Amino acid sequence: MSTVIKGGLVIDQTGERNGDVVVEDGRVVAVGPDLSGDEVLDASGCVVAPGFVDIHAHLRQPGAEEAETIETGSWAAVRGGYSAVVAMPNTNPPIDCAAVVQEVLALGRPAPCDVYTSGAITVGRKGEQLAPMAEMAALGVRLFTDDGNGVQEAGLMRRAMEYAAGLGVVLAQHCEVDSLAAGGHMHEGEWSSRLGIPGVPAEAEELMVMRDIALSRFTGAPIHFQHLSTRGSIAMVRAAREAGLEVTAEAATHHFTLTDEACASYDPVFKVNPPLRPADDRDAVREGLSDGAVDAIATDHAPHSPDTKEMPFDQAPPGMLGLETALALALTELNLPLAEVVGLLSWQPAAIAGLKGVHGAPIAPGGPANLCVFDPNETWTVDPDALASRSRNTPYAGRQVRGRVRHTIVGGNPVLVDQEMRP
Amino acid sequence: MKHLLSINDLGAEGIDEVCRLADHFTEVSQRPIPKVPALRGKTVAMLFYEDSTRTRLSFEVAARRLSADVMGFSVSASSVNKGESVRDTVATVSALGPDAIVVRHRSAGVPQQTAAWTHASVINAGDGWHEHPTQALLDCYTIRDRLGSVAGRRIVIVGDIKHSRVARSCVMAFTALGAKVTLVAPPTLLPPEVGSWPVDISFSLDAVLSDCDVVYGLRVQKERQSDALLPSLREYTAQWGLTAARAARLHPDALVMHPGPVNRGVEIAPEVLDQPNATLNEQVRHGVAVRMAVLYLLLAADPDLRPEGAGA
Amino acid sequence: MEAEDIKRATWRMAHEIIERNHGLEGVVLVGLQTGGVWLAEDIAIALNEIEGVEPPLGTLDVAFHRDDIGLRPLLPEAPTKIPFNLDGQAVVIVDDVLYTGRTIRAALDALNSYGRPRTVQLAVMVDRGHRELPIRPDFVGKNLPTRRDEMVDAHRDGIDLGEIVK
Repeated sequence: MSTVIKGGLVIDQTGERNGDVVVEDGRVVAVGPDLSGDEVLDASGCVVAPGFVDIHAHLRQPGAEEAETIETGSWAAVRGGYSAVVAMPNTNPPIDCAAVVQEVLALGRPAPCDVYTSGAITVGRKGEQLAPMAEMAALGVRLFTDDGNGVQEAGLMRRAMEYAAGLGVVLAQHCEVDSLAAGGHMHEGEWSSRLGIPGVPAEAEELMVMRDIALSRFTGAPIHFQHLSTRGSIAMVRAAREAGLEVTAEAATHHFTLTDEACASYDPVFKVNPPLRPADDRDAVREGLSDGAVDAIATDHAPHSPDTKEMPFDQAPPGMLGLETALALALTELNLPLAEVVGLLSWQPAAIAGLKGVHGAPIAPGGPANLCVFDPNETWTVDPDALASRSRNTPYAGRQVRGRVRHTIVGGNPVLVDQEMRP
Repeated sequence: MKHLLSINDLGAEGIDEVCRLADHFTEVSQRPIPKVPALRGKTVAMLFYEDSTRTRLSFEVAARRLSADVMGFSVSASSVNKGESVRDTVATVSALGPDAIVVRHRSAGVPQQTAAWTHASVINAGDGWHEHPTQALLDCYTIRDRLGSVAGRRIVIVGDIKHSRVARSCVMAFTALGAKVTLVAPPTLLPPEVGSWPVDISFSLDAVLSDCDVVYGLRVQKERQSDALLPSLREYTAQWGLTAARAARLHPDALVMHPGPVNRGVEIAPEVLDQPNATLNEQVRHGVAVRMAVLYLLLAADPDLRPEGAGA
Repeated sequence: MEAEDIKRATWRMAHEIIERNHGLEGVVLVGLQTGGVWLAEDIAIALNEIEGVEPPLGTLDVAFHRDDIGLRPLLPEAPTKIPFNLDGQAVVIVDDVLYTGRTIRAALDALNSYGRPRTVQLAVMVDRGHRELPIRPDFVGKNLPTRRDEMVDAHRDGIDLGEIVK
């Protein structure tokens, strides 16, 4: 059984061209004009791209299935054009040993997209003792992070980087110095001052970025920075890369879309960690995505059930949904050429997650059939109730956006066809 | 106006309106029978998640003098301790049909959230570090009563500005009415980006004392020491306390104000509190008239309600 | 009616008040804010000139006592000042125009807060009819039949009659 994607503009790392794409047995078998197949997917007016890769998704399983499961999170991913997601380890129990990695991978096997998992750097994400990274790496884990927390101890981080470099895996840091950030619930600045909400200063993030760049220089190990949110962080990463260090970075969709002013509503749907920052930082994130200082767009998809999120602002957990709106926000908010947006969502994050060749690969005969077809011009309004995620905590409810995923093909299977999920 | 969540909901005009109305309620409070039927049949629910004696009592007296029924909601005795969420509690209280809910909570923004969860009018009786609008209103009323007007007055607010909802509301109210406000505090007790506030800043109380019309002291919490924001209360008093010696340097007509409860001898010396220019008890007394005005404005004088037919 | 007619009516009402109360012993005037205050002041002046006694004079704004609170924006317009006890007094409520009677009902309610008068009487410059409550004036400057859609305004210079602009 073959599938042909007809009439689209093919965009991948090698460039752009008009053509049909035929997929069979999990592989791309032909790219060119006037091709045919058993099933026809219309791509007129659409971009045919490698499937997107989210290197930062909270799928909440095991432990918080009322907010999201690997299954529902994967459907949200597929609706967003993702063929692969990397689950974050702050589950309950945390993903900090082979047993939990195996459980997550097993839960991910029937999912509509490829589910990878990260592993914790330290046991229990407590920042005290190194987690068994080697046994997790042996199961295919390529990205290690204590996400939700940064590794506070510089000495421990140094050892973790050295150890990880030996395994050929990458450490990803949630940059936040606890002693500066503790008790904060939004960006510390004019808005937090006015709203009386305890703040988290930009420096809480920047100090750890600074430290880890120094450790990367010191150890020679690569470091990936998660969800950078401040102008200072991005400037330091830019300089580190120019100095030839193996430093990569991601930015979350909300950090180039929203600002801390949104917290004036006291609606915890706008509470996220790192917090929404002022417009100047948002602009810096946009600049970083534009000039290459930032490699990837990540969603930091963080579902929370309504009863945990509808709390006083300072009691609500941080986090917002992202998988189903990332492409549209990138197209709406970033003034970038299509190919660059696709790169930020696809082959660039795939490279960071060690998925090169499987996801984000060029669309050519013999290549993997992980594809996303989207209409870059369709405008639509975000409706929380229409999301595939089990949770509703999107900060974009009612927002009009441009760009919508039409089809998603994972391993050759059309799992999303004309925006309809195909179980 | 449906809710009073922030002083910004009122603006200068609204504050004047409240003060003007409070004059009438001051007269009511002086009658042999200090009660009017204006809010007969209305119900005011008190939803206090945080301990408060004076504010809660003041709202209750105000509601009763307007003939409203008061629905007390004692947090310790309620399902809150059984883990009920604020939203569910608000839904429960709302189902009992109050016309207004007076909310106090330790988290900033809860009154604003409450307003979205109920049909009743919501009055902010203090939310976290955010605002305490009726306190600022009664302070404006007190200054207006004593000095004639707030406009043009030089008001020094000294103390823990950062963690003070009173300071936020007072700064907005005083500056809206045209006062010149100077905040005095150690830098650790100033809010972030305080440069964006419409105020002057001084780290020295001595430097601004002789040149002001009002000194407004804020409560300093003992736990600020453990937060490493202050070396000690003794040092605080020595640098920023209104001691008798400092009070002696004030202009004779200058007012000494404090929202209470006061830490005697920490923010203000006991003998200063007993001076005739200390307005602490007046502030409490005016609190009732001002809160009557607020309740009346929200529940009886809604300008959205149009007359059915005009006539004498 | 013109200014002279108003003055003559005011003096006549002053005489009637003295006659009804057998002098001015215990008589106090309460002018209703805002239209009744000028009339209360003028009656007080007349009483003083006739009897050589200046009766206590108060003002009352009835906004908080009205029965149509919630039906329309109702803010007090001017101060209430009743700096004397009403226990055992003969209170004369003074207003410019008597219409539905609801303002007077509110005034009677308000007066309860100040004590228990021996008697309460009502003096108005104009009675325009259309009463909605069992209230009648004791002293009237002029009875003036009107339509409901007319507006009546009484002041020192005369009485204005106008259409309600809808």
